[in-house]
Amino acid sequence: MQILPEHLINAINAATENKQPLRIRGGGSKDFYGNSQALQHASLLDTSTWQGVVDYEPSELVITARAGTPLVELEKLLHDHGQMLAFEPPYFSASATLGGCVATGLSGPRRAYTGAVRDYVLGTQLLDGQGSILSFGGRVMKNVAGYDVSRLMTGAMGTLGVLLEISLKVLPKPAADRTLCFQASTPEAMAIMRRCATEPLPVSATCFHDDQLYVRLSGAESAVQTAHARLGGDEIKDKDDFWESVRNHTHLFFQEGSAAGKALWRLSIKPTTPPLSLPGKQLIEWGGALRWLVTDEDADAAVIRTHAADAGGHATLFHGDKTTIPVFHPLSPALLKIHQRLKQQFDPAGILNPQRMYTEF
Amino acid sequence: MNSNQLIESFRKFLPAEAVLHAAEDLRPYECDALSAYRQLPMIAVLPRTEAEIAAILQICHTGHIPVVARGSGTGLSGGALPHAEGVLLPLARLNRILEIDPAACTARVQPGVRNLAISEAAAHYGMYYAPDPSSQIACSIGGNVAENSGGVHCLKYGLTVHNILRLRVLTIEGDLLEIGADALDSPGFDLLALMTGSEGMLGIVTEITVKLLPKPETVKLIMATFDDIKKAGEAVASIIQAGIIPAGMEMMDKITIHAVEDFVHAGYDLEGAAILLCESDGMAAEVDDEIERVCAILQASGATRISLAQDEAERQRFWAGRKAAFPAAGRVSPDYYCMDGTIPRKHLAHVLEQIEQLSAEYGLRCMNVFHAGDGNLHPLILYDANQPGELEKAEAFGARILEICIEAGGSLTGEHGVGIEKLNQMCLQFNDAERSRFHAIKAAFDPQLLLNPGKAIPELHRCAEFGAMHVHRGAERFPEIPRF
Ligand SMILES: Cc1cc2nc3c(=O)[nH]c(=O)nc-3n(C[C@H](O)[C@H](O)[C@H](O)COP(=O)(O)OP(=O)(O)OC[C@H]3O[C@@H](n4cnc5c(N)ncnc54)[C@H](O)[C@@H]3O)c2cc1C
Repeated sequence: MQILPEHLINAINAATENKQPLRIRGGGSKDFYGNSQALQHASLLDTSTWQGVVDYEPSELVITARAGTPLVELEKLLHDHGQMLAFEPPYFSASATLGGCVATGLSGPRRAYTGAVRDYVLGTQLLDGQGSILSFGGRVMKNVAGYDVSRLMTGAMGTLGVLLEISLKVLPKPAADRTLCFQASTPEAMAIMRRCATEPLPVSATCFHDDQLYVRLSGAESAVQTAHARLGGDEIKDKDDFWESVRNHTHLFFQEGSAAGKALWRLSIKPTTPPLSLPGKQLIEWGGALRWLVTDEDADAAVIRTHAADAGGHATLFHGDKTTIPVFHPLSPALLKIHQRLKQQFDPAGILNPQRMYTEF
Repeated sequence: MNSNQLIESFRKFLPAEAVLHAAEDLRPYECDALSAYRQLPMIAVLPRTEAEIAAILQICHTGHIPVVARGSGTGLSGGALPHAEGVLLPLARLNRILEIDPAACTARVQPGVRNLAISEAAAHYGMYYAPDPSSQIACSIGGNVAENSGGVHCLKYGLTVHNILRLRVLTIEGDLLEIGADALDSPGFDLLALMTGSEGMLGIVTEITVKLLPKPETVKLIMATFDDIKKAGEAVASIIQAGIIPAGMEMMDKITIHAVEDFVHAGYDLEGAAILLCESDGMAAEVDDEIERVCAILQASGATRISLAQDEAERQRFWAGRKAAFPAAGRVSPDYYCMDGTIPRKHLAHVLEQIEQLSAEYGLRCMNVFHAGDGNLHPLILYDANQPGELEKAEAFGARILEICIEAGGSLTGEHGVGIEKLNQMCLQFNDAERSRFHAIKAAFDPQLLLNPGKAIPELHRCAEFGAMHVHRGAERFPEIPRF
């Protein structure tokens, strides 16, 4: 059954009239993400039935699909044509949709090497807070007509508009990939990760945890072989399962982070930052640019955020007690002002996922 | 505030030579590389530091004076065209590379630094800055950010937006925005993307942190000749279909081949209807594999000649032809007008045919150079501004090309920006509601509309008038398309 955008428009108009906030939801796989509790009493705006691939021509490297399209289906179709979403979006659950993927802006293990969701978004069609259907960007690789609203929507957590349709650049799947494992201390692992960034090697993911460093090489068979010879390390067999567990947080480390009494923090920082001395356990990805931290739920958020800021980045509370700790790193007053004004322009009634990102809008 | 009072207030903190107001001093700033549009500013102020920029903006904000930023003035859409009652803000003096961090693979630079200067400085560490517009010896990184510039290698390595991490931006209201981070992402909206390509409309970029990449070990270039441009287009599709993303993939048509061969003697095959340049980079063995696969595809697609550049000198020579396409146009014609439409690649043959028809219709020759990998066309319309009516004809021809690109599902600009030049076509690509959201974004950063007024986004009334004119021409080519 297709719910047509008319229904979504009607819902938005009704919400405006009744001053009733809407909680936009695709497959619900990322319900936990952001200040979800702020929307406890909001009405549901379900986009999951607005499904389907609208246009896909493999030789154009572009796919256009409706926001409710399950990521599984999309990736299956690409896989059948030897292509992929290069940013390896996390699903967290099989119900994940394209809309949620773009709205949360989260990218997986490959991010540091091939780019994030935002790097692949070419165009969007969206419904803004006034119920207008708007199209920005397009289905071509290069397009600088008007401001880049499509990327502005990416990671905006649905606070600026309801995504209806998205065009993405896709890439061919690498011909070969191989995962190497190194026994290493944290500083040793950091050094290898830096080497992977500063030398022209076909690295597509890195992950360090519990004295094990994993390096994934992807590309032409010859490139993967040469790089393996150069880096050393032992090839592991169950590589796909491993990266899958990091991407979708089924790895034991992440399971602990979502357990009762624990918190999972995501610190996105300058990659060359030395090991952070924070209480708890860490898992490092993205060549050092992403540090996951599992702490006790009552660990001092201010301390964690200061560490992240000092390291040129920010900290997000992924799982934990979101009633007392703001999920996203606070914005500077100057940036907050711009955010509030943009929100005001795109959603003057303040009905689209209000406060899902920041309590101020 | 009159111009004398303004000059006075700038001179309080700037040396006299940094505040220009005499017509002869302002002349070099009257246009960018789209020289059909010229305008002297009221005053040009040349700051050296972010603090000076802030002070200049404050004065202009208080006095309601329009401000137009300028990098190197190589823009091709009139983006840096001065405002008659405004202040022009050339940023070329902010030309320092502040820091190169080879471990983090980043460079922190001032906006006036030239694109190529970054790669030159990074070369010491075996690194480079990937986006390489043909104007890279001259254009500034600030201008690159403002236009989201690309280059011949952006199919594989991305545009400016993919290669920057962080910006410092001053708003006209005096706020310093720190956008992006030394990390790979930052909290809140993606303002980094919003600023990129915003044509100096939202803020003045005062500092940029760019990503550096390690130089590839091996680079090889193939040149293939085709007797039919359609076959060349199909070869491009087949290469991508085969899962290959070349480092660069550029095409030229017959008239371009002749113009550049006369000029730089690149060794192009003058018998060809089209030449395709295809570059591979990476590890040695990988590049050899890729070159072999590409050659097989080119052969199967009917290439009449395939040459592999034998050494670096020959590679540079093959590229020299492509990179000299614009100046070559300048040699075969007194004037040329460069267009920048993008299309889904599958429509290439059809669009080129239409351009050929228009060329006959307008009686003006047109050279086609093409970022083939990513569907970005650069038709160069040849005309003579001294012949009465030719400029107008060239502009009308260009406008029609852009409309064809939009109809084909593409965009009116891939990398050169809207500027002053393509305002009318913006009315075709976006509807009223979409354009009013653009104006809303502008207002969020610059409520008084002082930064680069009149550029990039057409006013709603302009589109109403343009729309009326369009219908008058008899074609209902752009009815409001049903959106779903
Ligand atoms: C021969 C030739 C070849 C070219 N080849 C390419 C190419 O291959 N690819 C490509 O993409 N472009 C190309 N261009 C176009 C042009 O070089 C680019 O658009 C370039 O980025 C402009 O940089 P600039 O410093 O000259 O900017 P300017 O022309 O001075 O300004 C361009 C715009 O940027 C704004 N601006 C400049 N600096 C700032 C700042 N610090 N803060 C805010 N706004 C600012 C200006 O207001 C203006 O709107 C070419 C141009 C020429 C003449």
